Amino acid sequence: MNRTAKRTALISVLLVALMAGSVLSLRKVEAERGHEATLEEVLYLPSGKMLKRLSLGYSSLLADMYWTRAVQYFGSRHIEKATHYELLYPLLDITTDLDPHIIVVYEYGSVFLSQAPPNGAGQPDRAAALVEKGIRENPEYWRLYFTLGFIHYMDRKDYKAAQQAFEKGSEVPGALPWMKVMAARMAERGRDVNTAIALWTALRDTTHDKDIKQNAIGHLDSIRADLDIMELDRRVNMYHDRTGTYPAKWEDLIRAGLLQGIPTDPHGEPYKLLLNGVVNVENSKQFPYLNEWRYQ
Amino acid sequence: MTSRLSAITLNTFREAVRDRVLYNLVVFVLLLVASAPLFGEISIGMERLIVVNVGLTAISIFGVIISIFIGIGLVSKEIEKRTLYTILARPVRRWEFIAGKYFGLMLTLVVNTALMTLGLFIALFMFAREQSGSNSGLLVAIYFTVLELAMVTAITLLFSSFSTPIFSAIFTFALFVIGTFAADLRNFAALAHGAAKWLVTGVAYLVPNFAALNVIGQVAHDQHIAGRLILFNTFYAVTYACATTLAAILIFERRNLK
Repeated sequence: MNRTAKRTALISVLLVALMAGSVLSLRKVEAERGHEATLEEVLYLPSGKMLKRLSLGYSSLLADMYWTRAVQYFGSRHIEKATHYELLYPLLDITTDLDPHIIVVYEYGSVFLSQAPPNGAGQPDRAAALVEKGIRENPEYWRLYFTLGFIHYMDRKDYKAAQQAFEKGSEVPGALPWMKVMAARMAERGRDVNTAIALWTALRDTTHDKDIKQNAIGHLDSIRADLDIMELDRRVNMYHDRTGTYPAKWEDLIRAGLLQGIPTDPHGEPYKLLLNGVVNVENSKQFPYLNEWRYQ
Repeated sequence: MTSRLSAITLNTFREAVRDRVLYNLVVFVLLLVASAPLFGEISIGMERLIVVNVGLTAISIFGVIISIFIGIGLVSKEIEKRTLYTILARPVRRWEFIAGKYFGLMLTLVVNTALMTLGLFIALFMFAREQSGSNSGLLVAIYFTVLELAMVTAITLLFSSFSTPIFSAIFTFALFVIGTFAADLRNFAALAHGAAKWLVTGVAYLVPNFAALNVIGQVAHDQHIAGRLILFNTFYAVTYACATTLAAILIFERRNLK
């Protein structure tokens, strides 16, 4: 190896070592500043309208970045099982100020905001405000009325507002006919499990997004399990009234003529029967929204 | 070696001063003097915040502009004027030329930053002496700006060691913009999966992370800057700037100057 080649090799090794050192230092800096610090900085400019002016016309790109930050914020807080999401609404508000036509933010963001902790921020009023903003900016998009009606019905329990949202949405050209059906159901029944099943089924069947679809399936499975458990509770109590003891296993109920066979949950697993007559699912992780509709 | 290096360093500094680089200080002072009373009129208790935000931002932006526009000409100008051949004909090694140019431009930037810092403190004394705030935090923010300039200068020198001035300016400016959004690049990496995740993470570490050095927001709101952050940021900027300058030396040593 000649002298020049030796020098080149030495400089290259040094260069790689320095780059590695810079990566390690940067990781330490990031650990020191933390994710929250970055987000706090974001909100030192809390006005989306001001940011839009400062973005020199590149507001759509900036909106994409803010949306990424909102998703990151929600995701990290969700993993921590946090109950407070103070920065979520401001981040979504800034994003939609920067790009009012970014439909995905209204649809996803309202889901993040409306669901009760630990699944969401538990801020249904803000979720409704976000979707109303989306409707003002995108009145031709009928699905936003569906989202608004959904939030009013499921999380705000305001059935009149839900009926109005479905009704207005059904008048938008291109809206699917079941929007009218939903409006009628709201007017007739208010909070009712069959209406909830109809809503989640409509969402599952019409969304093109796999995460929203998965969420709807999770809700539907949980509602079905709640209904099953309520019915099984009723039969266990009937057995108790007849014999004075709780059944030890499902076969006791079958022998007493109170069941046709071993009952299974929507995932095909047999329900658990505990010694004190309590019925539950085998794997509660498969039913994230269990208990929401039981005995209502 | 030291005398050769210091000669190139001082020559680069003298040349920059002769190019009237320090004229930007006049604009800086005007900006500070005009902005504080103007914003003070339309808001209450904001004078210090405005002076700090405008001052620190201007120090950073002026520094970056000077670094890029002086840096892109450091090598090409010497080739164009044919003075490089005279320098290299003497017992000056190519790496000494690059390192000398780097230190010369850094000296210019440090002097410029020091004068602007003086201007900032005078402006704070004149317009916002009634509003309290931490001056040590301000000095940390300015120190981080110097670290940022050390990285930008090294990047400019890297591009100018093989490219034309106009392309060097474009490349450096693009990298500067990407670097200010480095935190978002990391966020995108966190959202990606599989090979894309590794690729974006690799790029996020390869490009300079200027966001890590930006504490203007915290300082303006009088938040404490941890000593560990100062230490790690120093290591980061120094290692990154050294690696980039070494890459510039590596390229320049192999460049055919005939």
